[in-house]
Amino acid sequence: MNIYLPIAEISVNIFLLLGMGGAVGFLSGLFGVGGGFLMTPLLIFIGVTPAVAVATEANQIVASSVSGVLAHWRRGNVDFKMGFVLLIGGTMGSVFGVWLFTVLRSLGQLDLVISLCYVVFLGIVGALMFLESSRALFRRRRQTDIRRKLHQHHWLHGLPLKMRFRRSKLYISALLPILIGFLVGVLAAIMGVSGGFIMVPAMIYLLGMPTSVVVGTSLFQIIFVTATVTFLQSAQNQTVDVILALILLTGGVIGAQIGTRAGMRLRGEQLRILLALMVLGVAGKLCFDLVATPDDLFAIGAEGAY
Amino acid sequence: MHLRAVLLSLAIMILALPGFGQTPLIADLSEHQIQITTGFIGTDVLLFGTVDPDSHVVVVVRGPEETTTVWRKGRLAGIWVNDRRVVFERVPSFYAVRSNAPLREIASVTTRRRHGMGAEFLRLRPEEGEDVSEGEAGIFRQALIRNKQRSGLFATGGDNIAFLGGQLFRTRLHFPANVPTGFYDIEVFMLQNGRVVHAQTTPLIVRKAGLGADVFFFAHNYSALYGIIAVALAVAAGVIAAFVFRKS
Repeated sequence: MNIYLPIAEISVNIFLLLGMGGAVGFLSGLFGVGGGFLMTPLLIFIGVTPAVAVATEANQIVASSVSGVLAHWRRGNVDFKMGFVLLIGGTMGSVFGVWLFTVLRSLGQLDLVISLCYVVFLGIVGALMFLESSRALFRRRRQTDIRRKLHQHHWLHGLPLKMRFRRSKLYISALLPILIGFLVGVLAAIMGVSGGFIMVPAMIYLLGMPTSVVVGTSLFQIIFVTATVTFLQSAQNQTVDVILALILLTGGVIGAQIGTRAGMRLRGEQLRILLALMVLGVAGKLCFDLVATPDDLFAIGAEGAY
Repeated sequence: MHLRAVLLSLAIMILALPGFGQTPLIADLSEHQIQITTGFIGTDVLLFGTVDPDSHVVVVVRGPEETTTVWRKGRLAGIWVNDRRVVFERVPSFYAVRSNAPLREIASVTTRRRHGMGAEFLRLRPEEGEDVSEGEAGIFRQALIRNKQRSGLFATGGDNIAFLGGQLFRTRLHFPANVPTGFYDIEVFMLQNGRVVHAQTTPLIVRKAGLGADVFFFAHNYSALYGIIAVALAVAAGVIAAFVFRKS
């Protein structure tokens, strides 16, 4: 059964879309990631233009983050103050990102920049995650549990505009979270991802936030950043396909529930190695596409954009 | 097939027309409007008509014209990057040509060039002010045609207009799922001795209909409001999902 997507302007089998939503939802539930980094390339593979894929995925992430943050909120795992500070940077970043997106599209270089961002960020994150989790897997027996400090202080924390974040037990410069928020906002706009795979490590290692509040806080600010991206992409580029987003998230929420349950049966390190391999796989495929000689060196540009 | 019945009854009507024989070319479509609805997967439109005996028929379908950019990729530090572009003006977004025999057998080169019968005779010119040599423009023009053919928007080389008897003809025009919207011109040519002796133009409208059309219209005319609604829908869906799966 095919459905004609009004903004993407292609006809796709509805069960394929539901299946994609379900599969990516399953993985995001399993690994606790947003899944945007998988869904956006998948949409591009099935023929959705990168511009529509990125903008529509931002819309879908709003929904998955809302349902995710409600669960964390009930457990009190959201640092709202930190969330708002990240959000200041995030909003500025997404405004800048959507502007950059429009400029790149008019230059004909949008597809290239999207692919390059994916290869670079997924490559780095995947490699680091793979190394870290395989090391953890081999060391499991030894149990060298050294009590660490609550968090490491470094010069970045000492920048001006210091603020106290009670839930995160931090007293650091607000400039650092604003900067991190900004970078993730730019990525959300250009790559159609929640940026969780950058945000979460940055919160743990750069800000030194306790792990318990990291995911909830990250999700909280992602809602607003992706909502901003959705709004700006709609207003500026008309690239958000609501019908596509609704189908994907229907499959996504169901898949995520099954994935969460499956995830409880697997060990953390094994999960992270699997996720790392998957991230590296996506990065490798995109890298191959950039390097391999295309069948036709000529292509028609997106309508209106040249 | 009800189309066959339509065709037959029309043929009878034509033959019964007073003064039949003085109008050498009559042609019509089974539909003058294609609606892209939610379940749209492409469609066929039947073109049929009658010509004088011992004539040939060529049909040229043109979609609305648009400006199209052709990009060429080049290698930069090992990766393929768009490095050269040529903008073409007034490119038909959709183009199809049909005939009852191979074009070169029934139409002279002059005729084909004058009426744009065959993609190689389309007037595809680089935009005013483009700094491009004639040879380079030719390569980009061929690339444009090749890409359009690959996406099914240029359908050429179909010598499958069928004659029923000596005068009645018909052909099925296919419009794929990605057919551009707008006003189409369908030109039917009657040829004798390689030259056009009669021509008729029939309009066809391709438009979005139903929910998809409303969504598209809304997205383009009330962009900001559309964005707000998109966000609101996503938030609502997220809340519903969280509520439904709360107990688990």
